Amino acid sequence: METNVSAIAHTDTLLDVKNLYVDYHAASGMVHAVTDVSFTLRRGEILGLAGESGSGKSTLAYTITCLLRPPAMISGGEIVYYPRPSQDGKDTSHVAMTRLSKDAKDGNVHSIEETPSINLLQLSPAQLRDLRWDDLAIVFQSAMNALNPVMTVGAQIMDVLRTHRPHMGSDSRKQRAIELFQLVGISPDRLRSYPHELSGGMRQRAIIAIALALSPEILIMDEPTTALDVVVQREILTEIMRLREKLGFSVIFITHDLSLLLEMADHVAIMYAGRIVEKASRQDLYLHPRHPYSYGLLNSFPSLHGPRRKMAGIPGSPPDLRAVPPGCAFHARCPLAIDVCREVLPTLQSMRGEDSGQLVACHLYDPRFNAGPPSTADLASKYQALAGESSA
Amino acid sequence: MNNLAVGLNEASADHDQGPILEAVHLRKLFPLSSLNLSGTKRAVHAVEDTSLALYPGRATALVGESGSGKSTVACMLAGLYSPTSGTIRFRGEPAKLTDKSYLRTYRRHVQLVLQDPFSSLNPVHDVRYHLARPLRIFSHAQSRNQETEQILSLLNRVNLSPAEQFIQKFPHQLSGGQRQRVAIARALAVQPVVLLADEPVSMLDVSIRLDILNLLLRLKDEERLALLFITHDIASARYFAEDTLVMYAGQMVEGGPSDEVIQRPMHPYTQLLISAAPNPDLLSPESDKGVTDLTARGEIPSLIHPPSGCRFHPRCPHALPVCSQRFPARTELGGSRWTNCFLFGDGETSSQAETMHPAAPVPGSFSD
Repeated sequence: METNVSAIAHTDTLLDVKNLYVDYHAASGMVHAVTDVSFTLRRGEILGLAGESGSGKSTLAYTITCLLRPPAMISGGEIVYYPRPSQDGKDTSHVAMTRLSKDAKDGNVHSIEETPSINLLQLSPAQLRDLRWDDLAIVFQSAMNALNPVMTVGAQIMDVLRTHRPHMGSDSRKQRAIELFQLVGISPDRLRSYPHELSGGMRQRAIIAIALALSPEILIMDEPTTALDVVVQREILTEIMRLREKLGFSVIFITHDLSLLLEMADHVAIMYAGRIVEKASRQDLYLHPRHPYSYGLLNSFPSLHGPRRKMAGIPGSPPDLRAVPPGCAFHARCPLAIDVCREVLPTLQSMRGEDSGQLVACHLYDPRFNAGPPSTADLASKYQALAGESSA
Repeated sequence: MNNLAVGLNEASADHDQGPILEAVHLRKLFPLSSLNLSGTKRAVHAVEDTSLALYPGRATALVGESGSGKSTVACMLAGLYSPTSGTIRFRGEPAKLTDKSYLRTYRRHVQLVLQDPFSSLNPVHDVRYHLARPLRIFSHAQSRNQETEQILSLLNRVNLSPAEQFIQKFPHQLSGGQRQRVAIARALAVQPVVLLADEPVSMLDVSIRLDILNLLLRLKDEERLALLFITHDIASARYFAEDTLVMYAGQMVEGGPSDEVIQRPMHPYTQLLISAAPNPDLLSPESDKGVTDLTARGEIPSLIHPPSGCRFHPRCPHALPVCSQRFPARTELGGSRWTNCFLFGDGETSSQAETMHPAAPVPGSFSD
């Protein structure tokens, strides 16, 4: 079933998320946190995921790392991971793969011309343990809570190495820990510090060092800089960009701060109410956001330059995910909504006659429903009208 | 002065009229009570020599990183902390904030909105209770009917409609933005003349932030409130406030009209702060700059043993020998701009902004 897909994709694609659905079972009803989400992550790419709180971006991060626990349930879809072929000389995924290919007979692992593909959602806990940290690492939002307060940060790095590299001697473990601290820009004598002795920025660097300990292919960063000050945030981001250049991993960067993503991500996906509503390269998104929600989100950040003008946020608040309204979930807040938005669910597609890779789930760009797609200026004037209204 | 004329005048006229609330050389030390064998008293030097003035109908932004002392300044102005030294002047008179009955009248005029609406509202009481208390304490409402009427009008003023429904809701039934609106309504209930807003939007979702900022701006214009807006986001300071003050490690380093300060930052720390802010405008076709790289790395120093002189000197790429010896006096740069930096002088008023020290950094040199 996957033969064709993986044969085509093996050069470039690292992670392929297909039609993913995640629900939370709550007493008051089913919360549809992630609905029909598909995207691909290429090797070396930084993919940004942006959206308001409750848009499902963190749930998506936890799903990819298989960290979800009940009451969360994955109700559909698959996450296919294409490890780097072993002849690349990369030891780590090779170790994981030999173990995994033993299970090839139960149809989970497909080996096609040295490009095996693994559906992460079907792995056993032991297989996941091999894969995590080796291939897939995550950096959480709150560095204080992610570190163990009663262990030194050095011990926490070496703990990862001891678990995943049992044959490594204690000297080489220590050596590696020193290397990693130098890599992320902390002086190695801090290895003996406890988390409370480090500042917020240093803790976040330590977390990044742990995440990079085994040179993973994919680094998932869930709001890694939200709790930090702007100057420290800038340092961490510069560090991530430098390390990616050097080590060549891919990043899924989750944040609500779209202006950050526009600076660093290669591609950006905008999520709203559990769905991806727009996917584009950062230039396209910055120069001509298509979805009214993307425009609203972009327009929520006052600018440092240019004329000072009255701005309007997005009116209303996000829908209750237990009962997402029919049609486009954004229609109630959309200043450009047309009748069909209330009834028909828009799908992610490119604009007709265009091949830029900018995909948008909005009826305004569908010639069947709207003859003249709105320009960015149209979006701007509608939002500007809102700003005038709210000030009146 | 003719009262009618005051009402009709523009904000600039208020500026001439004099500040309503003024902080003069405020200083705050928090003593540490830890066991210390050497006998010397240690303290956190949270705020050093801070002066600011708030005018009716005008917003002033106080910008800085966490630990820069900006919230301590707000708490001193609100009468929650008493300053170690320095005075607070309210309507030109020194405020006697240690006097309990004075403090009560003072709070009738000066109100504080806190950062986190999730913890600043009492979870076991409904919205009515939160808004009724200030009305009752400051006897704005004489009867239950009057109280309800005023609560409804407060809720309408902060755009919580239908107000009849919101009045009986509990904090957990409200979203973050709605809670912050209730917190603002509570501050407005006493009919204050000064509103101190300590990071009022940083806990809120991005799409709601502008709504709250626009609400505060509208109230500022309609009720001629003097606003102090504390933030770490320099872009929203530019959007929101007429004047911007920049603080670093408890010291004020620069101030002036927001647009001036942000477009042409003078103090090296302000330049660092602005170059660090996310700036998607770098993507626009007319800009060919890539991602900015910072030259002044490091973090805010320990305030228990702060660096001598200008506290920014260990990180400052333009530091002079004198910077570590003493803190520079305020240098007026013209156009109500000022900075505390030896690169621009040491307290003497330069007649033009152009007469700079030869070593003065070119504005924006950090982002190159």
